[in-house]
Amino acid sequence: MLSVSIRHQFPGFTLDATFEAPPGVTALFGRSGSGKTSIVNAVAGLMRPDAGRIEVDGRLLSDSESGHFLPPHRRGMGYVFQEARLFPHLTVRQNLLYGGWFSGRRDRAGFARIVEMLGIGQLLNRRPLALSGGERQRVALGRAILSNPRLLLMDEPLAALDEARKAEILPYLERLRDETGLPILYVSHAPAEIARLASSIVLLEAGQVIAAGPATRILSDPATVPALGLREAGAIITARVEAHEADGLTRLGTSSGTVFLPRIDAEPQSTLRLRILAQDVMIALERPAGISALNLLPAVVRDLTETESGMLVRLDAGGETILARITRRSAYALALEPGKPVYAILKAVSVAPGSVGNMKRHFHST
Amino acid sequence: MNDWLSPEEWQAVALSLQVSTVAVLASLPFGVLVAHALARWRFPGRGLLNVLVHLPLVLPPVVTGYLLLLTFGRRGAVGQFLDQFGIVFAFHWTGAALAAAIMGFPLMVRAIRLAIEAVDPKLEQAASTLGASRIWIFATITLPLILPGILAGMVLGFAKAFGEFGATITFVSNIPGQTQTLPSAIYAFLQVPGGEASALRLVLVAVIIAMGALFLSEWLARAVARRIAGH
Repeated sequence: MLSVSIRHQFPGFTLDATFEAPPGVTALFGRSGSGKTSIVNAVAGLMRPDAGRIEVDGRLLSDSESGHFLPPHRRGMGYVFQEARLFPHLTVRQNLLYGGWFSGRRDRAGFARIVEMLGIGQLLNRRPLALSGGERQRVALGRAILSNPRLLLMDEPLAALDEARKAEILPYLERLRDETGLPILYVSHAPAEIARLASSIVLLEAGQVIAAGPATRILSDPATVPALGLREAGAIITARVEAHEADGLTRLGTSSGTVFLPRIDAEPQSTLRLRILAQDVMIALERPAGISALNLLPAVVRDLTETESGMLVRLDAGGETILARITRRSAYALALEPGKPVYAILKAVSVAPGSVGNMKRHFHST
Repeated sequence: MNDWLSPEEWQAVALSLQVSTVAVLASLPFGVLVAHALARWRFPGRGLLNVLVHLPLVLPPVVTGYLLLLTFGRRGAVGQFLDQFGIVFAFHWTGAALAAAIMGFPLMVRAIRLAIEAVDPKLEQAASTLGASRIWIFATITLPLILPGILAGMVLGFAKAFGEFGATITFVSNIPGQTQTLPSAIYAFLQVPGGEASALRLVLVAVIIAMGALFLSEWLARAVARRIAGH
Protein backbone atom coordinates (compact mmCIF):
# COMPACT_ATOMS: atom_id res chain seq x y z
CA MET A 1 0.00 0.00 0.00
CA LEU A 2 1.34 3.36 -1.07
CA SER A 3 0.05 6.42 0.69
CA VAL A 4 0.78 9.86 -0.62
CA SER A 5 -0.08 13.21 0.83
CA ILE A 6 1.96 16.02 -0.69
CA ARG A 7 1.83 19.71 -1.42
CA HIS A 8 4.13 21.56 -3.77
CA GLN A 9 4.04 25.05 -5.21
CA PHE A 10 4.97 25.24 -8.87
CA PRO A 11 5.09 28.49 -10.80
CA GLY A 12 1.48 28.80 -11.90
CA PHE A 13 -0.14 25.94 -10.04
CA THR A 14 -0.27 24.13 -6.76
CA LEU A 15 0.00 20.39 -6.47
CA ASP A 16 -2.02 19.23 -3.48
CA ALA A 17 -2.67 15.52 -3.66
CA THR A 18 -3.65 12.93 -1.11
CA PHE A 19 -4.47 9.37 -2.06
CA GLU A 20 -3.75 5.74 -1.33
CA ALA A 21 -2.79 3.14 -3.86
CA PRO A 22 -3.75 -0.44 -2.93
CA PRO A 23 -1.90 -3.41 -4.45
CA GLY A 24 -2.55 -3.79 -8.16
CA VAL A 25 -2.32 -1.17 -10.88
CA THR A 26 -3.25 2.31 -9.73
CA ALA A 27 -3.68 4.73 -12.60
CA LEU A 28 -2.96 8.42 -12.15
CA PHE A 29 -5.19 9.94 -14.74
CA GLY A 30 -5.49 13.54 -15.85
CA ARG A 31 -4.70 16.03 -18.54
CA SER A 32 -1.08 17.00 -19.15
CA GLY A 33 -0.08 19.56 -16.56
CA SER A 34 -2.38 18.10 -13.91
CA GLY A 35 0.58 17.06 -11.76
CA LYS A 36 0.75 13.33 -12.53
CA THR A 37 4.46 13.21 -13.29
CA SER A 38 5.31 15.39 -10.30
CA ILE A 39 3.56 12.93 -8.01
CA VAL A 40 5.48 10.00 -9.48
CA ASN A 41 8.75 11.94 -9.22
CA ALA A 42 7.99 12.71 -5.58
CA VAL A 43 7.39 9.02 -4.90
CA ALA A 44 10.65 8.14 -6.68
CA GLY A 45 12.55 10.81 -4.75
CA LEU A 46 13.50 12.76 -7.87
CA MET A 47 11.46 15.71 -6.62
CA ARG A 48 11.26 16.93 -3.06
CA PRO A 49 7.78 18.29 -2.30
CA ASP A 50 7.42 21.44 -0.20
CA ALA A 51 5.33 19.58 2.34
CA GLY A 52 3.81 16.21 2.94
CA ARG A 53 4.45 12.57 3.59
CA ILE A 54 4.94 9.48 1.43
CA GLU A 55 4.87 5.95 2.74
CA VAL A 56 5.10 2.52 1.12
CA ASP A 57 4.01 -0.54 3.11
CA GLY A 58 4.64 1.32 6.36
CA ARG A 59 8.12 2.43 5.22
CA LEU A 60 8.53 6.19 5.37
CA LEU A 61 10.01 7.62 2.18
CA SER A 62 9.69 11.30 2.90
CA ASP A 63 8.16 13.44 5.58
CA SER A 64 8.49 17.20 5.57
CA GLU A 65 7.63 17.44 9.26
CA SER A 66 10.61 15.43 10.47
CA GLY A 67 12.73 16.45 7.47
CA HIS A 68 13.12 12.80 6.53
CA PHE A 69 13.94 12.32 2.86
CA LEU A 70 15.18 9.04 1.50
CA PRO A 71 17.34 9.57 -1.60
CA PRO A 72 16.08 7.89 -4.79
CA HIS A 73 18.71 5.16 -4.82
CA ARG A 74 17.54 3.86 -1.46
CA ARG A 75 13.82 3.81 -2.22
CA GLY A 76 13.62 0.68 -4.32
CA MET A 77 11.28 2.16 -6.90
CA GLY A 78 11.37 0.74 -10.40
CA TYR A 79 10.77 3.70 -12.68
CA VAL A 80 9.79 3.31 -16.33
CA PHE A 81 10.08 6.70 -18.01
CA GLN A 82 8.24 7.97 -21.05
CA GLU A 83 11.49 7.92 -23.02
CA ALA A 84 13.19 4.64 -22.20
CA ARG A 85 16.34 6.34 -20.82
CA LEU A 86 18.50 3.31 -21.52
CA PHE A 87 22.22 3.74 -20.93
CA PRO A 88 23.72 4.15 -24.41
CA HIS A 89 27.18 2.88 -23.51
CA LEU A 90 25.90 -0.41 -22.10
CA THR A 91 24.46 -3.41 -23.93
CA VAL A 92 20.86 -4.45 -23.40
CA ARG A 93 22.06 -7.18 -21.05
CA GLN A 94 24.13 -4.72 -19.00
CA ASN A 95 21.20 -2.31 -18.91
CA LEU A 96 18.96 -5.08 -17.59
CA LEU A 97 21.50 -6.10 -14.95
CA TYR A 98 22.28 -2.53 -13.87
CA GLY A 99 19.80 -2.43 -10.98
CA GLY A 100 20.87 -5.88 -9.81
CA TRP A 101 24.42 -4.64 -9.18
CA PHE A 102 23.08 -2.38 -6.46
CA SER A 103 20.36 -4.50 -4.94
CA GLY A 104 23.04 -7.17 -4.57
CA ARG A 105 20.71 -9.88 -5.82
CA ARG A 106 21.55 -11.61 -9.07
CA ASP A 107 18.76 -13.96 -9.73
CA ARG A 108 19.52 -15.93 -12.89
CA ALA A 109 16.13 -17.62 -13.05
CA GLY A 110 14.38 -14.28 -12.57
CA PHE A 111 16.47 -12.74 -15.33
CA ALA A 112 15.65 -15.52 -17.76
CA ARG A 113 11.95 -15.36 -16.88
CA ILE A 114 11.69 -11.57 -17.38
CA VAL A 115 13.69 -11.71 -20.62
CA GLU A 116 11.34 -14.44 -21.87
CA MET A 117 8.25 -12.59 -20.69
CA LEU A 118 9.25 -9.40 -22.51
CA GLY A 119 10.49 -11.21 -25.59
CA ILE A 120 13.87 -9.47 -25.59
CA GLY A 121 16.10 -12.54 -25.63
CA GLN A 122 17.53 -11.86 -29.07
CA LEU A 123 18.39 -8.24 -28.18
CA LEU A 124 20.67 -8.92 -25.22
CA ASN A 125 23.97 -8.17 -26.94
CA ARG A 126 22.78 -5.11 -28.82
CA ARG A 127 23.14 -1.51 -27.77
CA PRO A 128 20.13 0.73 -27.11
CA LEU A 129 20.72 2.98 -30.12
CA ALA A 130 20.26 -0.04 -32.39
CA LEU A 131 16.76 -0.81 -31.01
CA SER A 132 13.32 0.28 -32.15
CA GLY A 133 11.14 2.44 -29.87
CA GLY A 134 9.01 -0.52 -28.79
CA GLU A 135 12.04 -2.68 -28.09
CA ARG A 136 13.65 0.08 -26.03
CA GLN A 137 10.55 0.46 -23.91
CA ARG A 138 10.40 -3.29 -23.30
CA VAL A 139 14.05 -3.26 -22.20
CA ALA A 140 13.33 -0.28 -19.93
CA LEU A 141 10.47 -2.25 -18.42
CA GLY A 142 12.73 -5.24 -17.84
CA ARG A 143 15.44 -3.05 -16.35
CA ALA A 144 13.01 -1.58 -13.84
CA ILE A 145 11.58 -4.99 -12.84
CA LEU A 146 15.01 -6.58 -12.49
CA SER A 147 16.08 -3.97 -9.95
CA ASN A 148 13.76 -5.84 -7.54
CA PRO A 149 11.58 -2.83 -6.76
CA ARG A 150 8.91 -2.63 -4.07
CA LEU A 151 6.77 -0.60 -6.42
CA LEU A 152 6.81 0.05 -10.16
CA LEU A 153 6.33 3.61 -11.35
CA MET A 154 5.36 4.11 -14.97
CA ASP A 155 5.16 7.58 -16.41
CA GLU A 156 3.23 7.29 -19.67
CA PRO A 157 5.44 4.44 -20.85
CA LEU A 158 3.48 4.20 -24.10
CA ALA A 159 3.06 7.89 -24.90
CA ALA A 160 6.11 8.13 -27.13
CA LEU A 161 5.05 5.13 -29.22
CA ASP A 162 2.75 4.87 -32.22
CA GLU A 163 -0.45 2.79 -32.09
CA ALA A 164 1.19 -0.34 -33.45
CA ARG A 165 3.98 -0.19 -30.87
CA LYS A 166 1.44 0.47 -28.11
CA ALA A 167 -0.48 -2.60 -29.13
CA GLU A 168 2.81 -4.49 -29.03
CA ILE A 169 3.64 -3.43 -25.45
CA LEU A 170 0.22 -3.54 -23.77
CA PRO A 171 0.06 -7.34 -23.57
CA TYR A 172 3.50 -7.32 -21.90
CA LEU A 173 2.24 -4.82 -19.35
CA GLU A 174 -0.77 -7.04 -18.67
CA ARG A 175 1.44 -10.08 -18.23
CA LEU A 176 3.68 -8.09 -15.97
CA ARG A 177 0.76 -7.03 -13.80
CA ASP A 178 -0.72 -10.51 -13.65
CA GLU A 179 2.47 -12.56 -13.31
CA THR A 180 4.66 -10.51 -11.00
CA GLY A 181 1.97 -9.12 -8.71
CA LEU A 182 4.05 -5.96 -8.31
CA PRO A 183 2.11 -2.89 -7.22
CA ILE A 184 2.21 -0.38 -10.08
CA LEU A 185 1.59 3.34 -10.17
CA TYR A 186 0.70 4.06 -13.77
CA VAL A 187 0.51 7.58 -15.19
CA SER A 188 -1.55 8.09 -18.30
CA HIS A 189 -3.82 10.47 -20.07
CA ALA A 190 -5.15 7.76 -22.37
CA PRO A 191 -8.46 6.40 -21.01
CA ALA A 192 -8.25 3.26 -23.13
CA GLU A 193 -4.96 2.32 -21.49
CA ILE A 194 -6.15 2.70 -17.94
CA ALA A 195 -9.47 1.01 -18.64
CA ARG A 196 -7.44 -1.94 -19.82
CA LEU A 197 -4.80 -1.96 -17.09
CA ALA A 198 -5.95 -0.24 -13.93
CA SER A 199 -7.49 -1.84 -10.87
CA SER A 200 -7.87 1.53 -9.19
CA ILE A 201 -7.88 5.06 -10.49
CA VAL A 202 -6.87 8.45 -9.12
CA LEU A 203 -8.32 11.31 -11.14
CA LEU A 204 -6.34 14.54 -11.11
CA GLU A 205 -7.27 17.99 -12.26
CA ALA A 206 -4.98 21.02 -11.91
CA GLY A 207 -2.96 19.40 -9.15
CA GLN A 208 -5.96 18.23 -7.12
CA VAL A 209 -7.40 14.74 -6.67
CA ILE A 210 -11.00 14.94 -7.87
CA ALA A 211 -11.84 11.27 -7.47
CA ALA A 212 -10.12 8.11 -6.36
CA GLY A 213 -11.20 4.52 -5.93
CA PRO A 214 -11.56 1.11 -7.54
CA ALA A 215 -11.56 1.19 -11.34
CA THR A 216 -14.95 -0.53 -11.42
CA ARG A 217 -16.49 2.33 -9.46
CA ILE A 218 -14.67 5.25 -11.09
CA LEU A 219 -15.32 3.94 -14.60
CA SER A 220 -19.06 3.51 -13.95
CA ASP A 221 -19.63 6.63 -11.86
CA PRO A 222 -21.53 9.22 -13.91
CA ALA A 223 -19.83 11.95 -11.88
CA THR A 224 -16.34 10.98 -13.01
CA VAL A 225 -17.20 9.90 -16.53
CA PRO A 226 -16.81 13.38 -18.07
CA ALA A 227 -13.23 13.58 -16.80
CA LEU A 228 -12.43 10.15 -18.20
CA GLY A 229 -14.05 10.60 -21.56
CA LEU A 230 -17.44 9.17 -22.47
CA ARG A 231 -16.13 6.46 -24.76
CA GLU A 232 -14.39 4.68 -21.93
CA ALA A 233 -17.24 4.86 -19.45
CA GLY A 234 -18.49 1.46 -18.53
CA ALA A 235 -19.08 -1.04 -15.80
CA ILE A 236 -17.27 -4.14 -14.65
CA ILE A 237 -19.33 -7.02 -13.29
CA THR A 238 -18.39 -10.40 -11.88
CA ALA A 239 -19.29 -13.58 -13.71
CA ARG A 240 -18.75 -17.30 -13.28
CA VAL A 241 -17.89 -19.61 -16.13
CA GLU A 242 -20.68 -22.22 -16.31
CA ALA A 243 -19.89 -24.16 -19.47
CA HIS A 244 -18.26 -24.09 -22.85
CA GLU A 245 -21.03 -24.84 -25.31
CA ALA A 246 -20.81 -26.76 -28.54
CA ASP A 247 -21.53 -23.75 -30.77
CA GLY A 248 -18.33 -22.00 -29.68
CA LEU A 249 -19.84 -19.84 -26.96
CA THR A 250 -19.04 -19.81 -23.27
CA ARG A 251 -21.98 -19.56 -20.88
CA LEU A 252 -21.43 -17.37 -17.85
CA GLY A 253 -23.62 -16.74 -14.86
CA THR A 254 -23.98 -13.25 -13.40
CA SER A 255 -26.06 -12.05 -10.49
CA SER A 256 -28.83 -10.96 -12.85
CA GLY A 257 -28.81 -13.63 -15.51
CA THR A 258 -26.92 -15.62 -18.10
CA VAL A 259 -24.42 -14.06 -20.46
CA PHE A 260 -22.87 -15.68 -23.55
CA LEU A 261 -19.44 -14.79 -24.85
CA PRO A 262 -17.29 -16.12 -27.65
CA ARG A 263 -15.25 -18.95 -26.17
CA ILE A 264 -13.09 -17.78 -23.26
CA ASP A 265 -9.87 -19.44 -22.27
CA ALA A 266 -10.89 -20.16 -18.68
CA GLU A 267 -11.89 -23.23 -16.69
CA PRO A 268 -15.55 -23.87 -15.82
CA GLN A 269 -16.46 -22.63 -12.33
CA SER A 270 -13.74 -19.96 -12.41
CA THR A 271 -14.81 -16.39 -11.78
CA LEU A 272 -13.80 -13.47 -13.94
CA ARG A 273 -14.68 -9.86 -14.54
CA LEU A 274 -16.63 -8.62 -17.53
CA ARG A 275 -16.30 -5.13 -18.86
CA ILE A 276 -19.37 -3.56 -20.40
CA LEU A 277 -18.93 -0.17 -22.05
CA ALA A 278 -21.79 2.29 -21.54
CA GLN A 279 -22.04 2.89 -25.27
CA ASP A 280 -22.62 -0.84 -25.84
CA VAL A 281 -25.72 -1.01 -23.64
CA MET A 282 -29.26 -0.43 -24.95
CA ILE A 283 -32.32 -0.15 -22.73
CA ALA A 284 -35.72 -1.75 -23.37
CA LEU A 285 -38.83 -1.46 -21.23
CA GLU A 286 -39.98 -5.00 -21.99
CA ARG A 287 -38.08 -8.17 -22.66
CA PRO A 288 -37.38 -7.85 -26.37
CA ALA A 289 -38.26 -10.76 -28.62
CA GLY A 290 -36.95 -11.48 -32.08
CA ILE A 291 -33.62 -9.79 -31.49
CA SER A 292 -30.15 -11.06 -32.36
CA ALA A 293 -28.58 -9.86 -29.14
CA LEU A 294 -28.00 -12.84 -26.81
CA ASN A 295 -27.30 -10.95 -23.67
CA LEU A 296 -30.35 -9.44 -22.01
CA LEU A 297 -30.27 -8.69 -18.32
CA PRO A 298 -33.21 -7.52 -16.21
CA ALA A 299 -32.31 -4.42 -14.25
CA VAL A 300 -33.72 -1.44 -12.35
CA VAL A 301 -32.88 2.18 -13.14
CA ARG A 302 -30.88 3.65 -10.29
CA ASP A 303 -30.24 7.17 -11.53
CA LEU A 304 -29.84 9.33 -14.62
CA THR A 305 -27.13 11.88 -15.36
CA GLU A 306 -27.24 14.31 -18.22
CA THR A 307 -24.06 14.74 -20.21
CA GLU A 308 -23.22 17.11 -23.03
CA SER A 309 -24.31 14.67 -25.68
CA GLY A 310 -26.84 12.46 -23.97
CA MET A 311 -27.85 10.63 -20.85
CA LEU A 312 -25.92 8.23 -18.65
CA VAL A 313 -28.21 5.73 -16.98
CA ARG A 314 -26.97 3.74 -14.04
CA LEU A 315 -28.73 0.40 -13.75
CA ASP A 316 -28.85 -2.01 -10.86
CA ALA A 317 -28.62 -5.53 -12.22
CA GLY A 318 -28.92 -7.97 -9.35
CA GLY A 319 -26.76 -5.79 -7.12
CA GLU A 320 -24.16 -4.97 -9.76
CA THR A 321 -23.92 -1.67 -11.57
CA ILE A 322 -24.28 -1.43 -15.32
CA LEU A 323 -23.88 1.90 -17.09
CA ALA A 324 -25.80 2.73 -20.25
CA ARG A 325 -25.27 5.70 -22.51
CA ILE A 326 -28.35 6.65 -24.48
CA THR A 327 -29.74 9.81 -26.08
CA ARG A 328 -31.79 12.21 -24.05
CA ARG A 329 -34.61 11.74 -26.52
CA SER A 330 -34.71 7.99 -25.78
CA ALA A 331 -34.57 8.61 -22.07
CA TYR A 332 -37.64 10.85 -22.25
CA ALA A 333 -39.45 8.57 -24.72
CA LEU A 334 -39.01 5.63 -22.35
CA ALA A 335 -39.88 7.85 -19.39
CA LEU A 336 -36.91 6.48 -17.48
CA GLU A 337 -36.82 7.33 -13.82
CA PRO A 338 -35.19 5.84 -10.74
CA GLY A 339 -36.85 2.59 -9.70
CA LYS A 340 -38.20 1.71 -13.13
CA PRO A 341 -37.66 -1.93 -14.16
CA VAL A 342 -36.01 -2.31 -17.58
CA TYR A 343 -33.94 -4.73 -19.66
CA ALA A 344 -30.32 -4.02 -20.50
CA ILE A 345 -29.34 -5.25 -23.96
CA LEU A 346 -25.59 -5.81 -24.11
CA LYS A 347 -24.27 -5.30 -27.63
CA ALA A 348 -20.73 -6.17 -26.62
CA VAL A 349 -19.12 -7.63 -23.55
CA SER A 350 -15.44 -8.18 -23.05
CA VAL A 351 -13.50 -9.98 -20.42
CA ALA A 352 -11.95 -7.41 -18.13
CA PRO A 353 -8.16 -7.27 -18.24
CA GLY A 354 -6.31 -9.54 -15.95
CA SER A 355 -9.07 -11.80 -14.81
CA VAL A 356 -8.24 -14.64 -17.18
CA GLY A 357 -4.54 -14.29 -16.52
CA ASN A 358 -5.17 -14.49 -12.81
CA MET A 359 -7.17 -17.64 -13.23
CA LYS A 360 -4.43 -19.21 -15.30
CA ARG A 361 -1.90 -18.45 -12.68
CA HIS A 362 -4.20 -19.88 -10.08
CA PHE A 363 -4.59 -23.14 -11.97
CA HIS A 364 -0.91 -23.47 -12.64
CA SER A 365 -0.07 -23.21 -9.00
CA THR A 366 -2.57 -25.84 -7.86
CA MET B 1 67.19 9.11 -32.82
CA ASN B 2 69.99 9.63 -30.30
CA ASP B 3 72.33 10.37 -33.20
CA TRP B 4 70.00 12.84 -34.73
CA LEU B 5 69.45 14.84 -31.54
CA SER B 6 72.38 15.96 -29.42
CA PRO B 7 72.31 14.79 -25.77
CA GLU B 8 71.35 18.27 -24.71
CA GLU B 9 68.46 18.42 -27.17
CA TRP B 10 67.38 14.91 -26.26
CA GLN B 11 67.39 15.86 -22.60
CA ALA B 12 65.06 18.77 -23.28
CA VAL B 13 62.63 16.58 -25.26
CA ALA B 14 62.59 13.84 -22.61
CA LEU B 15 62.13 16.38 -19.82
CA SER B 16 59.29 18.06 -21.68
CA LEU B 17 57.51 14.74 -22.18
CA GLN B 18 58.00 13.90 -18.52
CA VAL B 19 56.84 17.30 -17.30
CA SER B 20 53.76 17.37 -19.56
CA THR B 21 52.73 13.79 -18.76
CA VAL B 22 53.05 14.31 -15.02
CA ALA B 23 51.27 17.66 -15.29
CA VAL B 24 48.30 16.12 -17.14
CA LEU B 25 48.00 12.99 -15.01
CA ALA B 26 48.36 14.84 -11.72
CA SER B 27 45.85 17.52 -12.61
CA LEU B 28 43.30 15.18 -14.25
CA PRO B 29 41.44 14.13 -11.06
CA PHE B 30 41.14 17.79 -10.02
CA GLY B 31 40.13 18.71 -13.54
CA VAL B 32 37.29 16.16 -13.57
CA LEU B 33 36.17 17.18 -10.08
CA VAL B 34 36.16 20.91 -10.86
CA ALA B 35 34.48 20.37 -14.24
CA HIS B 36 31.79 18.26 -12.57
CA ALA B 37 31.27 20.85 -9.86
CA LEU B 38 30.98 23.67 -12.38
CA ALA B 39 28.66 21.69 -14.65
CA ARG B 40 26.35 20.07 -12.13
CA TRP B 41 26.47 21.59 -8.67
CA ARG B 42 25.04 24.85 -7.46
CA PHE B 43 27.04 26.20 -4.54
CA PRO B 44 28.12 29.59 -3.21
CA GLY B 45 31.42 30.65 -4.77
CA ARG B 46 30.78 28.78 -8.00
CA GLY B 47 31.31 31.95 -10.01
CA LEU B 48 34.55 32.66 -8.17
CA LEU B 49 35.82 29.12 -8.79
CA ASN B 50 35.02 29.53 -12.47
CA VAL B 51 37.04 32.76 -12.63
CA LEU B 52 39.98 31.27 -10.70
CA VAL B 53 40.14 28.26 -13.01
CA HIS B 54 40.17 30.43 -16.09
CA LEU B 55 42.59 33.02 -14.72
CA PRO B 56 45.78 31.42 -16.15
CA LEU B 57 44.18 31.64 -19.58
CA VAL B 58 43.93 35.42 -19.48
CA LEU B 59 46.80 36.44 -17.16
CA PRO B 60 50.17 37.08 -18.79
CA PRO B 61 52.09 33.80 -18.27
CA VAL B 62 54.91 35.74 -16.66
CA VAL B 63 52.46 36.96 -14.01
CA THR B 64 51.25 33.42 -13.35
CA GLY B 65 54.87 32.27 -13.07
CA TYR B 66 55.72 35.06 -10.67
CA LEU B 67 52.66 34.33 -8.54
CA LEU B 68 53.74 30.68 -8.43
CA LEU B 69 57.22 31.78 -7.37
CA LEU B 70 55.73 33.91 -4.59
CA THR B 71 53.53 31.06 -3.37
CA PHE B 72 55.52 27.90 -4.04
CA GLY B 73 59.05 29.34 -4.00
CA ARG B 74 61.42 28.50 -1.14
CA ARG B 75 60.30 31.62 0.70
CA GLY B 76 56.65 31.31 -0.30
CA ALA B 77 54.09 30.32 2.30
CA VAL B 78 53.08 27.07 0.62
CA GLY B 79 56.62 26.33 -0.55
CA GLN B 80 58.02 26.58 2.98
CA PHE B 81 55.26 24.38 4.32
CA LEU B 82 55.78 21.68 1.68
CA ASP B 83 59.55 21.87 2.16
CA GLN B 84 59.10 20.23 5.58
CA PHE B 85 57.82 17.11 3.81
CA GLY B 86 60.61 17.17 1.25
CA ILE B 87 58.37 18.42 -1.55
CA VAL B 88 60.23 21.04 -3.55
CA PHE B 89 58.95 22.96 -6.55
CA ALA B 90 61.37 25.88 -6.89
CA PHE B 91 63.98 25.39 -9.64
CA HIS B 92 63.10 21.75 -9.86
CA TRP B 93 61.38 19.77 -12.66
CA THR B 94 58.33 19.31 -10.41
CA GLY B 95 57.98 23.09 -10.48
CA ALA B 96 57.93 22.98 -14.27
CA ALA B 97 55.21 20.32 -14.05
CA LEU B 98 53.21 22.49 -11.61
CA ALA B 99 53.45 25.51 -13.89
CA ALA B 100 52.50 23.41 -16.91
CA ALA B 101 49.56 21.86 -15.04
CA ILE B 102 48.21 25.23 -13.97
CA MET B 103 48.51 26.70 -17.44
CA GLY B 104 46.81 23.66 -19.03
CA PHE B 105 44.10 23.38 -16.36
CA PRO B 106 41.55 25.83 -17.86
CA LEU B 107 41.63 24.05 -21.23
CA MET B 108 41.27 20.65 -19.62
CA VAL B 109 38.39 21.74 -17.38
CA ARG B 110 36.61 23.40 -20.30
CA ALA B 111 36.67 20.29 -22.47
CA ILE B 112 35.54 17.99 -19.67
CA ARG B 113 32.86 20.41 -18.51
CA LEU B 114 31.36 20.60 -21.99
CA ALA B 115 31.28 16.81 -22.11
CA ILE B 116 29.55 16.61 -18.71
CA GLU B 117 26.99 19.20 -19.73
CA ALA B 118 26.21 17.11 -22.80
CA VAL B 119 25.29 14.09 -20.64
CA ASP B 120 21.52 13.93 -20.21
CA PRO B 121 20.76 14.30 -16.48
CA LYS B 122 17.75 12.08 -17.12
CA LEU B 123 20.11 9.13 -17.53
CA GLU B 124 21.64 9.92 -14.16
CA GLN B 125 18.14 10.13 -12.64
CA ALA B 126 17.30 6.76 -14.15
CA ALA B 127 20.45 5.30 -12.61
CA SER B 128 19.50 6.70 -9.21
CA THR B 129 16.09 5.00 -9.32
CA LEU B 130 17.92 1.76 -10.10
CA GLY B 131 19.81 2.02 -6.83
CA ALA B 132 23.01 3.83 -7.79
CA SER B 133 24.35 6.41 -5.34
CA ARG B 134 25.92 9.61 -6.64
CA ILE B 135 29.41 8.17 -6.70
CA TRP B 136 28.24 5.04 -8.52
CA ILE B 137 26.25 7.09 -11.00
CA PHE B 138 29.37 9.06 -11.76
CA ALA B 139 31.54 5.98 -12.11
CA THR B 140 29.14 3.88 -14.18
CA ILE B 141 27.16 6.42 -16.23
CA THR B 142 28.73 9.88 -16.33
CA LEU B 143 32.39 8.85 -16.55
CA PRO B 144 32.03 6.39 -19.46
CA LEU B 145 29.87 8.88 -21.35
CA ILE B 146 32.34 11.76 -20.94
CA LEU B 147 35.39 9.68 -21.83
CA PRO B 148 35.80 11.38 -25.24
CA GLY B 149 35.67 14.76 -23.48
CA ILE B 150 38.22 13.65 -20.92
CA LEU B 151 40.56 12.47 -23.69
CA ALA B 152 40.12 15.77 -25.50
CA GLY B 153 40.83 17.64 -22.26
CA MET B 154 43.92 15.56 -21.63
CA VAL B 155 45.27 16.24 -25.12
CA LEU B 156 44.58 19.96 -24.86
CA GLY B 157 46.19 20.04 -21.41
CA PHE B 158 49.14 18.05 -22.68
CA ALA B 159 49.64 20.33 -25.67
CA LYS B 160 49.43 23.41 -23.51
CA ALA B 161 51.83 21.91 -20.96
CA PHE B 162 54.22 20.85 -23.70
CA GLY B 163 54.41 24.34 -25.12
CA GLU B 164 54.36 26.23 -21.83
CA PHE B 165 57.18 28.74 -21.65
CA GLY B 166 56.51 32.03 -19.87
CA ALA B 167 55.27 30.78 -16.52
CA THR B 168 57.82 27.97 -16.46
CA ILE B 169 60.86 30.11 -17.11
CA THR B 170 59.69 32.72 -14.59
CA PHE B 171 58.96 30.16 -11.88
CA VAL B 172 61.74 27.60 -12.26
CA SER B 173 64.19 29.29 -14.64
CA ASN B 174 65.98 27.50 -17.47
CA ILE B 175 68.34 24.92 -16.01
CA PRO B 176 69.46 22.27 -18.51
CA GLY B 177 68.52 18.78 -17.34
CA GLN B 178 66.41 20.16 -14.53
CA THR B 179 63.93 22.72 -15.79
CA GLN B 180 64.94 23.29 -19.40
CA THR B 181 61.88 22.05 -21.27
CA LEU B 182 61.67 21.98 -25.05
CA PRO B 183 60.41 25.58 -25.49
CA SER B 184 63.03 26.86 -23.05
CA ALA B 185 65.71 24.93 -24.94
CA ILE B 186 64.59 26.39 -28.28
CA TYR B 187 64.74 29.82 -26.70
CA ALA B 188 68.22 29.14 -25.28
CA PHE B 189 69.55 27.81 -28.60
CA LEU B 190 68.31 30.90 -30.37
CA GLN B 191 70.30 33.09 -27.95
CA VAL B 192 73.66 31.54 -28.89
CA PRO B 193 75.40 31.86 -32.30
CA GLY B 194 75.06 28.70 -34.41
CA GLY B 195 72.18 27.37 -32.37
CA GLU B 196 69.59 27.65 -35.18
CA ALA B 197 70.10 24.06 -36.34
CA SER B 198 69.40 22.70 -32.86
CA ALA B 199 66.44 25.00 -32.51
CA LEU B 200 65.03 23.83 -35.84
CA ARG B 201 65.38 20.17 -34.91
CA LEU B 202 63.51 20.80 -31.66
CA VAL B 203 60.82 22.70 -33.53
CA LEU B 204 60.38 19.67 -35.77
CA VAL B 205 60.08 17.39 -32.72
CA ALA B 206 57.52 19.74 -31.20
CA VAL B 207 55.42 19.67 -34.37
CA ILE B 208 55.56 15.87 -34.59
CA ILE B 209 54.61 15.35 -30.96
CA ALA B 210 51.78 17.88 -31.10
CA MET B 211 50.30 16.37 -34.26
CA GLY B 212 50.72 12.84 -32.93
CA ALA B 213 48.83 13.80 -29.80
CA LEU B 214 46.01 15.28 -31.84
CA PHE B 215 45.69 12.22 -34.07
CA LEU B 216 45.77 9.91 -31.05
CA SER B 217 43.01 11.81 -29.31
CA GLU B 218 40.84 11.95 -32.44
CA TRP B 219 41.26 8.21 -32.91
CA LEU B 220 40.48 7.44 -29.26
CA ALA B 221 37.45 9.71 -29.24
CA ARG B 222 36.09 8.07 -32.37
CA ALA B 223 36.69 4.61 -30.95
CA VAL B 224 34.77 5.54 -27.82
CA ALA B 225 31.93 7.07 -29.83
CA ARG B 226 31.71 3.93 -31.96
CA ARG B 227 31.50 1.77 -28.89
CA ILE B 228 28.64 3.87 -27.51
CA ALA B 229 26.77 3.91 -30.81
CA GLY B 230 26.84 0.14 -30.77
CA HIS B 231 28.54 -0.71 -34.01
